[in-house]
Amino acid sequence: MSATIVKPAEPAAPKAAKNYLNAEHTLKSWLLTGDHKRIAILYLIGVSFFFLLGSIFAGLIRIELTSPTGVMLESETYNKVFTAHGLTMIFFFLVPSIPAVFGNFFIPIMIGARDLAFPRLNLLSWYVYMLGGFLFLCALVFGGVDTGWTFYTPLSSLYSNSQVTLAILGAFMAGMSSILTGVNFIATIHKMRAPGMTWFRLPLFVWAHYATALIMVLGTPVVAITLLLVLFERVFKIGIFSPELGGDPILFQHMFWFYSHPAVYIMILPGMGVQSELIAAFCRKKIFGYQFVAFSSLAIAALGFVVWGHHMFVSSESMYQGLVFSLISFIVAVPSAIKIFNWTATIYKGRVHLQTPMYYALSFMGLFTLGGLTGLYLSCLGTDVHLTNTYFVVAHFHYVMVGGGVTMFMGALHYWWPKMFGRMYSDSMGKISAILTFVGFNLTFFPQFVMGWMGMPRRYHYYYLTPEFQPYHIASTLGATVLGLGFLLPACYLTYSLIKGEAAPPNPWGAHGLEWDIPSPPPSHNFEEIPIVMDDVYDYPEDGSDDDTPIERTEKGLDPLPDEGGHHR
Amino acid sequence: MKFNFPFAPEEASTLAAQHDMVFYTITALTVFFTLAVALVVLVLVVRYRHGNKVDRSNLVHHSDKLEIAWSLPPLFLGLVVFFFGAQLYVAERVPPKNCYEVFVIGKQWMWHIQHPNGIRENNTLHIPVGKPVKLTMISQDVIHAFYIPEFRTQFYVVPGRYTQEWFQATQPGTYHMLCNLYCGTQHSEMGGTVVAMAPQDFAKWLQNGGDDGMPQTLEARGAEIFSRNACDNCHTGVSTERGPTLLGVAGSTQVLEDGTKAVADQNYLREAILHPSSKLVKGYPYGTMPEYAQQISEDDTLALIAYLKSISSITAQSQGQNVAAVQSGIVPAAPMVTKPRMADGALATEHFAKTSTVQEGNLAVGALATEKGDEYKK
Repeated sequence: MSATIVKPAEPAAPKAAKNYLNAEHTLKSWLLTGDHKRIAILYLIGVSFFFLLGSIFAGLIRIELTSPTGVMLESETYNKVFTAHGLTMIFFFLVPSIPAVFGNFFIPIMIGARDLAFPRLNLLSWYVYMLGGFLFLCALVFGGVDTGWTFYTPLSSLYSNSQVTLAILGAFMAGMSSILTGVNFIATIHKMRAPGMTWFRLPLFVWAHYATALIMVLGTPVVAITLLLVLFERVFKIGIFSPELGGDPILFQHMFWFYSHPAVYIMILPGMGVQSELIAAFCRKKIFGYQFVAFSSLAIAALGFVVWGHHMFVSSESMYQGLVFSLISFIVAVPSAIKIFNWTATIYKGRVHLQTPMYYALSFMGLFTLGGLTGLYLSCLGTDVHLTNTYFVVAHFHYVMVGGGVTMFMGALHYWWPKMFGRMYSDSMGKISAILTFVGFNLTFFPQFVMGWMGMPRRYHYYYLTPEFQPYHIASTLGATVLGLGFLLPACYLTYSLIKGEAAPPNPWGAHGLEWDIPSPPPSHNFEEIPIVMDDVYDYPEDGSDDDTPIERTEKGLDPLPDEGGHHR
Repeated sequence: MKFNFPFAPEEASTLAAQHDMVFYTITALTVFFTLAVALVVLVLVVRYRHGNKVDRSNLVHHSDKLEIAWSLPPLFLGLVVFFFGAQLYVAERVPPKNCYEVFVIGKQWMWHIQHPNGIRENNTLHIPVGKPVKLTMISQDVIHAFYIPEFRTQFYVVPGRYTQEWFQATQPGTYHMLCNLYCGTQHSEMGGTVVAMAPQDFAKWLQNGGDDGMPQTLEARGAEIFSRNACDNCHTGVSTERGPTLLGVAGSTQVLEDGTKAVADQNYLREAILHPSSKLVKGYPYGTMPEYAQQISEDDTLALIAYLKSISSITAQSQGQNVAAVQSGIVPAAPMVTKPRMADGALATEHFAKTSTVQEGNLAVGALATEKGDEYKK
């Protein structure tokens, strides 16, 4: 994509050019903006707030578990804290994190568009998200929820005396917001690609978001309906899930996991998209097996819809159902493995630049591999009977969600920060925080695998029935402290960079892609003229001539479909 | 504070060893692939570090052969693990024929256990070593999960239906009994101990009536509940228009109102007692029998089913009533004497319509028994 009409901005121009950040200054210009980049910044503020909140809950949980008989909370409060941790992190951080912030900001730029297809829908999605967040905060302020984030019936519908109704409405609104985002992404990727931006020239980040958007649009309505049914049962006593009223409690689990398992892929697929960008950029090389990586995202999205029963092997679903769900779950492992192998093969004969985002990318490789492989224990029927609902499950999904999702959120933040805000941060501080995160993460969650294997149930406040697990809990809490530092440090130096940071050039990493051809930060309309894409995706010169030199992009011509070989598929 | 660092749970059931074989196989695969990926990535990163003068010629960007080659091992290994996992799962879910059956009722936040000979326990389960034990479980409120880590066994305990789980202990000892599905405020305290005893010790324990002296057997208690609720007003030794006979009903095949057939297993019997209108047997119109869901607790329902099973070998004949079955010695002699007889059908219907306080007023002994049952609930 070197060939764009845009002239390169002079690096570190003394008089600030108009960009999306300083185009207008009023609060109104932010709150009523249609600019996808400003909406992304609004989302960044929202998800960062909820990440902080969720982390505080996580900290409370870890402190409480240092003793088998608790430290400072009542059981009721502890239950509300872990429920709040799960709800905050899943519905208000992980699901919107990468798509709504980086997807929103970069999908239009990467495909050479001036905005998403429906800018006002985009703004609406942010308001709906914030409204959901507000309702959820109300639920917390008015007493909290104690059902667990899974809202299992009949506990949630008839037995809990907490603010279930408000929390469900909050989660419902968050879901609505992600449907709007999904619709917008699908329309944009189909209709707004610049001339010459063929499907197989799309960066893999865009492919991953396309797959994610499909799940958002097809899956989220199901959980929305399910949660509303729980409300009907709770408020109007209409028997749907509770046997006392003539309902079926297992039906809830089927409907809930029909969304919530694909939702796992909503949380990890965008992270995989970021990983592809990072590996290509910092190895200065096209992703190996581009098409396999692209289609594996779609395969994961499709297969993700037919494995929900693996959450229910001991729930009284039929034995034969269990066999089918287990078999399909093993097959999902294949597209994930394909991705890992292709990223590894990309490094081969690359020119590896070890800067902060690459540290996060390498960290992802390790954590996601282990997270994915430990999924085998849980899709395997026989071992799941022992391991399900233990800390083994907790460790497994944190390896995938935090080791995969959050690591890639941090990687994306460090990779695109100069582009988004036009400022550089300290690379050495970045590396230190990446290492702290990796070490802290493993120290926190690895002991939980061992604990779960030995039979420590999750969601236990007191564990005086199994006091032998205390050393593991203490190790885990120590790790969480280190992990917390790994997240606090970037908050400090990134904020500092906004004030005192060096001005960022348009392409500080020497990466390839349309977003690096426009100034940092980008102007309000991204491109003065819509670019015409001439070259292949991740088209790094094989001789390394691009390395370390500020890339001078020049106009190459206007033929959108070059006829040399190798550019078409 | 005592620190000890165990790394693996005890193997104390017949399936634990088989389970751990599968577990360690997956562990080997996990360790191998994680280390392999980490090692290869690190070596490549160091070798192809920017600035290193290494051969980077003949760049290849895709290779279908390679993609297929590295997709097949994960697929193949996955299928192998699936196969062994499935085999284990079937063994875990299908109990052998000659099981010692124990009944488990989960409620917020305790486990209530009933042995067939009537011994009841709370948060403790005594079992014999070397004999398969089958748990038939139900919840009185929300979903729980009955989990014994040392036996590698777990299953949800669901309200509204019976679920089952089985194991065979191999070592005498005490093990964890935990609730492993979040069930509300005191979830983490819902647990206790499983005491596995040598067969002769267990037999002695059973004979001495557990820890509370000699109990009534489950069938006898069921017979008592049967008469206390005046079930035998309508369900006599022969089928009448007021109700079918229950002799031989357990395990039989029933023809329903809509013509479908249903096997009268535990779940069917439970529903027929508590919510009789949900499945109507052919010939008995809607509303003939009232709902008992509010009157009969889950543990009493288990006792009733045990009683129905005990009379299942008797077939309906002549004019003989259930009392006859008791007299013949097949059914354990329950305190039938306390049973009020209602001669008139209309009266009987009235009796059902009346509140339970009236019933208790008529049935001093029955009322006492209910109170005793309630104590166990607490």
